[in-house]
Amino acid sequence: MLGQIETEIADLRLRNPLILASGILGTSADYLMKIAQAGAGAVTTKSVGPTPREGYKNPTVIQVECGILNAVGLPNPGIRAFVKEIREMRSLEIPLIVSVYGFSPEEYVEVAVMAVEAGADAVELNLSCPHVKGAGAEIGRSPEMVSLVVEKVKESVDRPIFAKLTPNVADIKEIAVAAASSGADAITAINTVRAMAIDVETCRPILANKIGGLSGGAIKPIAVRCVYEIYEAVDVPIIGCGGVRTWRDAVELMLAGASAVQIGSAIAYEGLSIFKTIVEGIRSYLQRKKFGSVREIVGLAHKE
Amino acid sequence: MAWHIKNNEMRIVKIHEVKTEAHKVKTIFFEDELSSSAKPGQFLMVWIPGVDEIPLSISSASDKLASVTVKEVGEATRALNRMRKGGLLGIRGPFGSHFKIDGKNALVVGGGIGTAPLLMLVNKLLSEGAKATFIEGAKTSSEILFKDQLTALHEEHGLEVIFTTDDGTYGTRSLATEAAERCLSEKKFDSIYACGKEAMICKLYSLAEKHKIPMQASLERIMRCAMGICGSCVIGKYRVCKDGPVFDSSQLREIRMELGRFQRNFRGERVPIEN
Repeated sequence: MLGQIETEIADLRLRNPLILASGILGTSADYLMKIAQAGAGAVTTKSVGPTPREGYKNPTVIQVECGILNAVGLPNPGIRAFVKEIREMRSLEIPLIVSVYGFSPEEYVEVAVMAVEAGADAVELNLSCPHVKGAGAEIGRSPEMVSLVVEKVKESVDRPIFAKLTPNVADIKEIAVAAASSGADAITAINTVRAMAIDVETCRPILANKIGGLSGGAIKPIAVRCVYEIYEAVDVPIIGCGGVRTWRDAVELMLAGASAVQIGSAIAYEGLSIFKTIVEGIRSYLQRKKFGSVREIVGLAHKE
Repeated sequence: MAWHIKNNEMRIVKIHEVKTEAHKVKTIFFEDELSSSAKPGQFLMVWIPGVDEIPLSISSASDKLASVTVKEVGEATRALNRMRKGGLLGIRGPFGSHFKIDGKNALVVGGGIGTAPLLMLVNKLLSEGAKATFIEGAKTSSEILFKDQLTALHEEHGLEVIFTTDDGTYGTRSLATEAAERCLSEKKFDSIYACGKEAMICKLYSLAEKHKIPMQASLERIMRCAMGICGSCVIGKYRVCKDGPVFDSSQLREIRMELGRFQRNFRGERVPIEN
């Protein structure tokens, strides 16, 4: 039969390769349930850390040319409060990926362990948030720190761990290799691109945090390049992320080397029906091109 | 493919006029084409440069000008109410669902600053030939909003207006919900509209269910993106910024366990609503 869209990442079986990206609507069990009903293959929670954070003042999310600029500041109730929500999320019929961050390897371990105990099917390490000092990308820019975090978390949890990387580095391959060789079960690429917007009438940066991360259409070519480079450098599966809005975008990232694809900002433009629309688009593509399974197109652009 | 929606874009507007409505309440008028096309109940994200960006209901929308009506309750609203004619604000929106006109005899209930979006609604109801009774509840006489406009609508268009205050300094000494209960027992209504504190909405929701009258209520939650992606404003399976802020009876039924009881704080944690 042609056009099979089931796939897997590490030991997670996905009914389709579309995953809700971290930071998008993943605050509550109720809402993740709705995303599952809308047809996602898996969901990722908003990032959770060791202690509660309020996030930054508004403006935190604004539309810019070709995308969305945000510096929300990792608001979260802290893992101790969030485990209640994770337990409720266990009734999801699709895999639940909990995104975690910390300010040190020990904090990543602490949060990941509690997330897995509460029922996470996998943990995605946020090594890439571009706008919180001391966390995320500040750790994710250093191959040594990435190795340390991945290694320590891997030793402490028995579920797959994904390393979500930042594109804001000179060589993303180097970071991907550090993560994969330290035990990451998959690489998620990419998080947002550090960016800024200034209003010319008030002559001020618009985001309260001044600098934020760019997502959406503008960064898709960057994501394609990063996935393509990482595919050549590591053997673990890659989850592509960045500016996916149509089946073409999803297929493009898969041809570059992604086994699955995350959907985020595009929900602001397409609504939740985006999951079903893209799944159908991928299926038609596979049938038209006579592919038996979506797995067959992963990394196809690397063939001579 | 354009990653661009016109109303998501932040426009910088100059304040055209600031009008004092009541104690600590001001209406700020500005020129913005998109806001002028807003429907009753929709909201804007208003950026006070250097301070914050907050969601505010649109209180009027005419060909030339639109407005928001703001009560000073914290840092952002204080800064906004201190701004003067000529000051610059950033505006995104209009966002969200709106009050829909159905029925011929409406009961409209506004509590405190929750009255802000309801004048637009009442104007629409009357212009479409519906009858309406307007209950405005306030703590005290100095907090009554839109007294002149409501009185004019009473005189010119037969709008029934009932003012209530907690201390009896203006109108009837009672809660808006008690006045609503009296109205519902005396007259037949075929629609109820509400905006105000969630305890008030909750009480009106029970009354509407009891009398089997369709209701539409505007809810409020913490908002950040207003584009339906950040998850700050979720209530049950709804996003207040996108699926709301105006919810109808069937939606209110689905979230009745949350209504008036729980909200999410800035950390995204579900916490009890303090009334």
